[in-house]
Amino acid sequence: MSVLLFTTLLALGSFLAGFLGALTGLGGGVVIVPLLALVFHVDMRYAIGASLVSVIATSSGAAAAYVREGYSNMRIGMFLEIATTLGAIAGALIATHVSTATIAIVFGFVLLYSAYLSIRPQPPHPVDVKQDHLSRVLHLDGDYPTSKGQEHYTVHRIPLGFGLMFGAGTLSGLLGIGSGAVKVLAMDQAMRIPFKVSTTTSNFMIGVTAAASAGVYLARGYIDPGLAMPVVLGAGAGSMLGAKVLVNARTKSLRMVFGAVIVVLGIEMIFNGFTGRL
Amino acid sequence: MKLALPKRSDWDDQSIELIIGQLLRIGVLLSAAVVVLGGIIYLVRNGHVIADYTTFRGELSTLRNFDGIFHGVSLLSGRAVVQLGLLLLIATPVARVIFCAFAFFLQKDYLYVVFTLIVLAVLTYSIAGPSLH
Repeated sequence: MSVLLFTTLLALGSFLAGFLGALTGLGGGVVIVPLLALVFHVDMRYAIGASLVSVIATSSGAAAAYVREGYSNMRIGMFLEIATTLGAIAGALIATHVSTATIAIVFGFVLLYSAYLSIRPQPPHPVDVKQDHLSRVLHLDGDYPTSKGQEHYTVHRIPLGFGLMFGAGTLSGLLGIGSGAVKVLAMDQAMRIPFKVSTTTSNFMIGVTAAASAGVYLARGYIDPGLAMPVVLGAGAGSMLGAKVLVNARTKSLRMVFGAVIVVLGIEMIFNGFTGRL
Repeated sequence: MKLALPKRSDWDDQSIELIIGQLLRIGVLLSAAVVVLGGIIYLVRNGHVIADYTTFRGELSTLRNFDGIFHGVSLLSGRAVVQLGLLLLIATPVARVIFCAFAFFLQKDYLYVVFTLIVLAVLTYSIAGPSLH
């Protein structure tokens, strides 16, 4: 395949991934690595490098749309970024020491888990108004607009959330994804942050987290400009369009279809990892 | 693009986040423009070559560090210009963190100035640390 054709197909595929990722709220990063590795037979290391850079483009591109909604909490974001950036460097360093087959298998399981989160019915959010001392000390409490006016919230189980965020950062650095699913889980389930606040804050954190591991990847030669160019431009444009078209209308059927695609990709990554083909 | 700069007196979270949103957008658009430019040069010169990414060789050392990338850009190498665009993209969230440090300082929230500086130190270590020599 000539470079021109390869670049065109890759840009189209990445555009679709970014678009669907933004529409479903799952992020395009989770399908870009499997797309590159399974469909285009790109080495896992190049795939992860290109995906990681595209994650910065998609999260920064969507941020402008999210900011207008006024839900994100800068302080929660900055505090947890200490954990995610440290994790990201750890993940990127681990990635340079383990086999690509191992990374493929871990990737597969993360895909299956993301799919599970996307199709599972939303668990009822227990309203927990009890004040948390650490949250007050760290100035993490906040307000967010609801249909009933401004509503106050406080942050719970901060050490657990911080630890989970380190894990999310490690996965992001190891796999070249935003790991939004793990971040939302940590903020939503562990720290009891309102869903709208956790999703928008998570988007903000993804870019900073990815930048932390991108430095390591660049120095190790994982970031190939010829490959990253169509991926970054395609995924960035796709996610900007996706965020513009439907910020809120995350239709259920679309999530189901995208979730099914992710399950297939996940199984294939695990299979190819175990048979040593990736 | 219009920048909605707040008055010095009202550095509240909402206006800071609005500026951050615009900062990120400018960063992404700027880096995209550089990547497109480099991509055009690269495709014009190499579009007919057979693409092969099946085996990992690692990038040339000239595409792994700042000096090499800047040197390549001065020679108008398409790949180096794309890499410069990617560097700008990586720098965008870093710029956001630096801006936050100033914003927290103006809000006199010194605890968060410290937190922000820790994040900045980790980012600096990653981007300019021992792995880039």
